[in-house]
Amino acid sequence: MTATSGSRLGRPQGPITNTLTTGQLPRLVELYVLVGSLVVVGGILLLMGFNWGGWIFLSIVLYLVSLGVLSTIAENRRKATDRVVRSLVIVAFLLAIAPLVSTLVTVTAKGIGQLNWAFISTTGGAVFNPDTLAVTISTGALQAIVGTLEITGIAALMSVPIGILTAIYLVEYAQSGQWMARTVTFLVDVMTGIPSIVAGLFAFSLFTLVVGPKAFSGFSASVALSVLMIPIVVRSCEEMLRLVPHDLREASFALGVSRFSTITKIVLPTAIAGIITGVMIAIARVIGETAPIFMAASFTDNFNANPFNGPMQTLPVLAYTGYKFPGQDIAASNASAWGAALLLVLIVVILNIIARIVAKTFAPKGAR
Amino acid sequence: MFGNDSQRPAKENSVSTNETVSPSAAALSAAGDSATGPRSPKGAGPARVKIKSRPADRIFFGLSFGSASLIVVILAAVAIFLIIKAAPAITANWKSDASLAEGPTAGYADFWSYVLPLVWGTLWASAIALLIGAPIAIGIALFISHYAPRRVAGVLGYLVDLLAAVPSIVFGLWGIIVIRPLLLPLSDWLNQNLGWIPIFGGQVSTVGSTVLAGSVVLAVMILPIISSISREIFLQTPRLNEEAALALGATKWEMIRLAVLPYARSGVVSATLLGLGRALGETMAIALIISPSIIFSLRILTEGENSQTIAANIALNFQIADGLQRQALIGTGLMLFVISLGVNLIARFIVVRTGPTATRKGKRRPPEGVTIPAASTAVEATALGKAGNSHTEGARA
Repeated sequence: MTATSGSRLGRPQGPITNTLTTGQLPRLVELYVLVGSLVVVGGILLLMGFNWGGWIFLSIVLYLVSLGVLSTIAENRRKATDRVVRSLVIVAFLLAIAPLVSTLVTVTAKGIGQLNWAFISTTGGAVFNPDTLAVTISTGALQAIVGTLEITGIAALMSVPIGILTAIYLVEYAQSGQWMARTVTFLVDVMTGIPSIVAGLFAFSLFTLVVGPKAFSGFSASVALSVLMIPIVVRSCEEMLRLVPHDLREASFALGVSRFSTITKIVLPTAIAGIITGVMIAIARVIGETAPIFMAASFTDNFNANPFNGPMQTLPVLAYTGYKFPGQDIAASNASAWGAALLLVLIVVILNIIARIVAKTFAPKGAR
Repeated sequence: MFGNDSQRPAKENSVSTNETVSPSAAALSAAGDSATGPRSPKGAGPARVKIKSRPADRIFFGLSFGSASLIVVILAAVAIFLIIKAAPAITANWKSDASLAEGPTAGYADFWSYVLPLVWGTLWASAIALLIGAPIAIGIALFISHYAPRRVAGVLGYLVDLLAAVPSIVFGLWGIIVIRPLLLPLSDWLNQNLGWIPIFGGQVSTVGSTVLAGSVVLAVMILPIISSISREIFLQTPRLNEEAALALGATKWEMIRLAVLPYARSGVVSATLLGLGRALGETMAIALIISPSIIFSLRILTEGENSQTIAANIALNFQIADGLQRQALIGTGLMLFVISLGVNLIARFIVVRTGPTATRKGKRRPPEGVTIPAASTAVEATALGKAGNSHTEGARA
């Protein structure tokens, strides 16, 4: 906008009307039209029955139409298009922010009442009282927290070394154009596209064939998560390793340092911030996966800390089953679902924040 | 790659024959070699220099090569184990088999009559999600790359990327209590006024567990994928093209239409396909929101006529199925695997055909129709040189 208006010569000076600047809408016209649309639509809706979604939606439509018409009349078609597109683009952005805010607000509002020490530190489930014959449902997420941490931890232990080493192979060892490098790059791309539920089915198939039927276990879920996590780790590490300046490697080689030492002492320390960030984000990505864990580790109300035997509960699965298959006390089940969802969001947010801090703090100067 | 010949003598395994060569001499000989062939100065991988090979070196190379090979093995294993598990159910006689005659698989003539409606439902829900999500995502990408003030663009981009971090189960729960009621008035209105269009026909759902609600949530989930990839590509548009358009008096939108969009077209298409890949495999949001039935149905506003998706069907039935039924579900999962593989391959193919490097971080050759003006600065010259030479993945370094 500045460039175009700058190319029009100056502003009108004195009483002489400058034809070059005729047909300019006032600077804040968008704001005026927006407020006008909101008021008009709000007034009409108040008469007909008010509804938040409708108000905002119809206001935006009216705003776009009236801005376009106004600008076409006062300015010209080209400028009108420009203004409408600008508004559309801003609306698109707001449309993305709205669900983010709405999700976070909803989860917080619904889950905050549930989130207390008892919820975190006790195992939830049905308790049968033989005296009164009453079944009370207690909400608790300890089994799910333990399950989530163990399953994700094992998945990370398996996929982080594999991912980093593969990235090192691709960047440091493989020659470009070599068939192995091309194959691996291609397959990592393919792996990125594996639907998460397919990873879960794979782990289930693998373990039923190897261990036998009833092969639900936390470890099986870790394998499923690894399938999803490895390509993310490879991708981010590869990018980080490629950002390491070539001069550093060449200087090291020129001093007679072996390739192994060059990689471990020069390349990896330079890229470590990025690698940790990538790993954190990969963990945050898979920790919220529900479907593969549901397939591979099933679900349970019992406390099971042994990842190699029996079903394990996890936070996302607790959130799912609490809503989809509620127990007798539906309200309690739903409440624990929201509690688990909020815990999960908190974990993901914390992981993301740590990743941001690590990236900011340890980023080598000049590498970005 | 023409550099290969000059690099071969300096390869890892030939080192042991010549242990005593000092590094500087090796570097010199490497330099001499490269003078014979036009070796790209930046090189693809790290410079190949003769260096001492120690046991640690060989072990480390073995480890990293092994990890890379493991990727191949894992992917093959995914396909093989799914096929092994699914084969009995695919080939079984569904009419006579006692196990398949009950539970989730009851009442189907064969595997294909079970899976095809599911395939349809998967594609249908994803297509609607894409229809809603892709334009918004591209708008977001444009906003962040070209409209937002420079200073806040990074933060805004991070906010949108945060959407990708929210677990899908949370979106599912959110969809149940926020999106479903939000869409009810719209559903009613569409049904009453546009009900003659098959899509909006039928008896409108009173709770809102419709394909529309599911697709809206799916659209939210694919926004960050499409927008982050598109954004990167928009940002790679040559500045000179943009400035040339502006200098000719184009408005901002005309500049984007003339310079940015043609340049980014293939990248945006493949980003959209990658988003589609994500939508196809999305499970929990759909499983929670849509009240499904396994039929071919276009309708998106009804209670009982919502086409079910493969992933949600597996999630809903897997724990209650057993034996052959479970294997049939794994068979549907295999179909999903094949479909999303196909979509991803098409996306990659488009990228490879229209630009030499992948959509991430790559320097891209401008597509036909956009000509880069003659290089006027040293920076532009190197960028052009790179774009011209980089026919291989590795040259992105």
